[in-house]
Amino acid sequence: MTPYSVIGAGVAGLTVATELARRGAHVQVYDPAGGPGAQGCSWWAGGMLAPWCEYENAEEPVLRLGQQAIGWWADHTKVTRNGTLVVAAKRDLPDLRRFARRTEGFTETTEISRLEPDLIRFDRGLFFEHEAHLDPRQALADLQTGLRDKGVQIHPQKAPKDAPNPIDCRGLAARDALPDLRGVKGEMLMIRAPDVALTRPVRLLHPRIPLYVVPRGDGIYMLGATMIESEDRGRITARSMLELLSAAYALIPAFGEAEILEIGVDLRPAFPDNLPRIQRRNGVTYANGLYRHGYLLAPALAQGVADLLLDGKQSELCDEDCP
Amino acid sequence: MRRFYDTDLATPLMLGTAQYPSPAILDRAFRESGASVATVSLRREGAGGAGQSFWSMIRELGVRVLPNTAGCHTVKEAVTTAHMAREVFDTPWIKLELIGHTDSLQPDVFQLVEAARILTEDGFQVFPYTTEDLIVGERLLSAGCEVLMPWGAPIGSGRGLANEYALRAMRAEFPDTPLVVDAGIGLPSHAARAMELGFDAVLLNTAVARAGDPVAMARAMALAVQAGQLAHQADPIEPRDMAEASTPVIGKAFLT
Repeated sequence: MTPYSVIGAGVAGLTVATELARRGAHVQVYDPAGGPGAQGCSWWAGGMLAPWCEYENAEEPVLRLGQQAIGWWADHTKVTRNGTLVVAAKRDLPDLRRFARRTEGFTETTEISRLEPDLIRFDRGLFFEHEAHLDPRQALADLQTGLRDKGVQIHPQKAPKDAPNPIDCRGLAARDALPDLRGVKGEMLMIRAPDVALTRPVRLLHPRIPLYVVPRGDGIYMLGATMIESEDRGRITARSMLELLSAAYALIPAFGEAEILEIGVDLRPAFPDNLPRIQRRNGVTYANGLYRHGYLLAPALAQGVADLLLDGKQSELCDEDCP
Repeated sequence: MRRFYDTDLATPLMLGTAQYPSPAILDRAFRESGASVATVSLRREGAGGAGQSFWSMIRELGVRVLPNTAGCHTVKEAVTTAHMAREVFDTPWIKLELIGHTDSLQPDVFQLVEAARILTEDGFQVFPYTTEDLIVGERLLSAGCEVLMPWGAPIGSGRGLANEYALRAMRAEFPDTPLVVDAGIGLPSHAARAMELGFDAVLLNTAVARAGDPVAMARAMALAVQAGQLAHQADPIEPRDMAEASTPVIGKAFLT
């Protein structure tokens, strides 16, 4: 049986390895870090499976391919199917109307406090009931366990030069081979606010400072995320932190009492059209460019890689020159 | 045509580069818009080369780059950002934006005049984002600016020309100065109107970048500024209260 070598153990690498193994292929995974962790941007993701909302500012494949992700992830980790709630302050209602025009799959609701009793400042919003969310770190751990159970090893080392059938899933590190890959900076916070009881991701629209809050359980929330055309992965700026926290405070004043648990800063790997892509160069298969849609589009990317390598089928994510 | 610091613009449209769904769409929107100038904001996060990937895409648009000091609230910040911009884009042009109010993003005209003087003395060619105030306009010209960019309405508001009377007065007051309506444009009709008033160019960003179809809106704006400019050059008729028949009525049989 042809063996495959997946390089990189972030969300792209682990979903690709999982999909190949699920279809019976023999797979090895290589990552010098030994597994997922704070060194990769999948660690810092929101984990929203929100294809309908994301369609507001993304192209059609995100809406269509993203819908398949909910079922894929539900087979591998805990997925909470509780929808997404989108709200805006009264003065930003034009933004809510625009969001409604640019998306689908929602119902307009004036019963915000019935859905989320802590959201007392908002009297109208959009409810995307078919959306879901997951805990990215749990999802990565569950994929690792699943791979281990199938006998797939994650080698804590760089892939050897002669690794058979390499599939490069290194994210931004692969820009040495993919020159049109760029990094888009994102900053996020993890906070603990036991007095707040949100049951689903909430998005607050704002012309300058949009915010989303994703509940992780046990009073822990992820606040995200900035989108800056910069490749500085150093630290969060004071401005970004101020904006994230101000927006969270505007959403629910009780967030003012939260403890800040973690500050995350990393770069999303993106191609110029902000869509992921499968490419073949010199015998290497590259699966990259998940941008802000790591968990949303990784299943489609992984299926595309498996279709290409195991069945010789070209997914729509394949480059035109993909042999 | 009035010149922008010894430069003739091929088209009277300046287009911003922020907020597009993707760089690929930005690129297509620029091609459709025929914009002759691309404005780009330099944030501190881009310092030390971190913004290079995006900036090289802007350079590849093949149009003149006008870096801006968006988000600066003080003279010092604006001057620092301008210096960074000159290094990154190798241009003396700088769109000077000094924000005085967080909600309206209204320019702080007092700091604006001061920063304009400092930057002009340092060899910059300053494009100040200002209000329609005539006295501020005069002060900016005395500070060395050779272009004025009054707002149509607050940034991103899409309200069009909120004070057309004042913009008209500004055009009359500064007949030799290139004037650009900057900010507030939401629709092609707003852009056409600015050109009909005799402005030399229109600068916009949100109206295209946040439209449902940025590429189509870019094309619409290209047509609008061209229509407005042609109309202005064609010396439009004066509006009047009573009808004026375009064909004579005397001698026509009217009792048939």
